[in-house]
Amino acid sequence: MASLRDIKQRKGSIQSTQQITKAMKLVSTVKLQKARVHAEKVQPYFDYMYRTVTSMLARSGNLDHPYLRAGSSRKKAVVVISSNRGLAGGYNMNVVRLLTESGIPKEDVKVYALGRKAREILERKGYEIAADYSGVVESPAYGDASAICRDVLGAFTGGEIGEIYLAYTHFKNTVSHIPTLMKLLPVEFQAAELSEADTGTLMNYEPNQEQALNMIIPKYVTSLFYGALVEAVASENGARMQAMDSATSNADDMIDDLTLQYNRARQGNITQELTEIIAGAEALS
Amino acid sequence: MAEGNNLFQLEIITPDRVFYRGEARMVEFTAQDGRIGVLKHHIPLTTVVAPGILTIQEARGERQAALHAGFAEILPEKVTILAEVAEWPEEIDEERARAALERAEDRLKNHRTEIDVARAEIALKKALVRLDVRK
Repeated sequence: MASLRDIKQRKGSIQSTQQITKAMKLVSTVKLQKARVHAEKVQPYFDYMYRTVTSMLARSGNLDHPYLRAGSSRKKAVVVISSNRGLAGGYNMNVVRLLTESGIPKEDVKVYALGRKAREILERKGYEIAADYSGVVESPAYGDASAICRDVLGAFTGGEIGEIYLAYTHFKNTVSHIPTLMKLLPVEFQAAELSEADTGTLMNYEPNQEQALNMIIPKYVTSLFYGALVEAVASENGARMQAMDSATSNADDMIDDLTLQYNRARQGNITQELTEIIAGAEALS
Repeated sequence: MAEGNNLFQLEIITPDRVFYRGEARMVEFTAQDGRIGVLKHHIPLTTVVAPGILTIQEARGERQAALHAGFAEILPEKVTILAEVAEWPEEIDEERARAALERAEDRLKNHRTEIDVARAEIALKKALVRLDVRK
C-alpha cells in the first residue's frame, strides 16, 4: 500500500492539473461564445449561397461549364480544417478519420491543410500536403478564405486536380459537432431537394452564362470555405470546452478516491500505533 | 392592381450579417453591363454585381446604400442579392474612403504592372461609390 506521503503528493499533483484544466475550460468557454456569435452571423450567407446556387443551377438545364465538369485529373484536393492546438478531445482525429475512411485512395489526395494538427497526422500517414494555411484558423477572415479559394480553384482550372472536397466540423450547437466531408466541385446537387416551382422556369444570365458562372462559382466556393472555417473554430472551442470539462470532473473523482485512500491509511496508522502502545503498556504491567 | 401587390421580397445578405430583408417596390443597382432596375415579375435572371449605389424603393420611402461585389438572383416574386460588401451611408467612414480614393488615383498615375491597374481601378470605384452614397 502506498505511503501517506505518496498519496498526498499524488493528490497535490492532480489538484494542480485540475486547476489548469479548469482555467482552460473557462478560456474556451469565452472563446466559444465569441465564435458562436460569429458562426450565427455567417450562417445565413452560407445557407443562402448554397440554396441560391443550387436553385440557379437547377433552373439552368444542362450547363456545360468547366466548373461543373469533373476535371481530367484523378487527383482530388481535400481542404481539411482542424485546429492548431491539441487538448480538444477527438476534434482533430475525427476530421482526419473522415478522410482516411472516405474510401479515396491515399495516392489521389492532395491535402490543403488549415490547422497544424490534422496536417501533422496526415503527413505521418503519408498523405501529400499541397499547402498549409494554418495561420488563418486563429481568426478567420473572408479575405483569407478568398485567397485559399484562388489557390485551389487555380489548381482545378489548371488541371492539377479533378475534384475538390472540404472536410470540417459542422457546428450544430454547443454540445453537438458533426465532422462533415463535402464535395465542392464539380457542383453536385440532389434534384429531390428542389421543389417543382424551382425547376419550372428557366434562368437567364447576364452578361452571359459562362461569364456569370465564372464569377459566381468562385464566390460560392469562397463562401463555403469561410462558413466552414467559422463553424470549425466554434466547434474546436466547443470540443475543447467539453474535453476540459470532463478532465476537470475526472480529476475531481480521482481526488475523491485519493482522499478516501489517504484517510483510510491515516486511520490505519493511528490504529496500529494505538495497538502498539496498548501492547507495550500491557507488557510492562 | 392593389398597392400591396407591387411589392416583392428583397433580401441582401453579406458574409457577416443579413444586410436587408423586407418588401420592396423596386430595387436598383449596378450590374456588369450597367444600371439595372428590378420590379416585380421580372424574368428569372442571374447577374453579377459591380460596385455601385444600391437604391431600394420601399412601399413608402427610399433607401440608399453602397454595394460593392457579389451577385443577384432575380426571380418573379423574390430578389436575393449575395453581396461581399454592403454598407449603409451612416456606416461609411468618409475619411477612409477619401484616403483610399487618393491612394488609388496615385497608383493609377504611377502604375507598373497590369494587375496593379485593375486593382487600383476597383479600389477607385469603391471609394467613389462610398463617397457618393455618403452625400
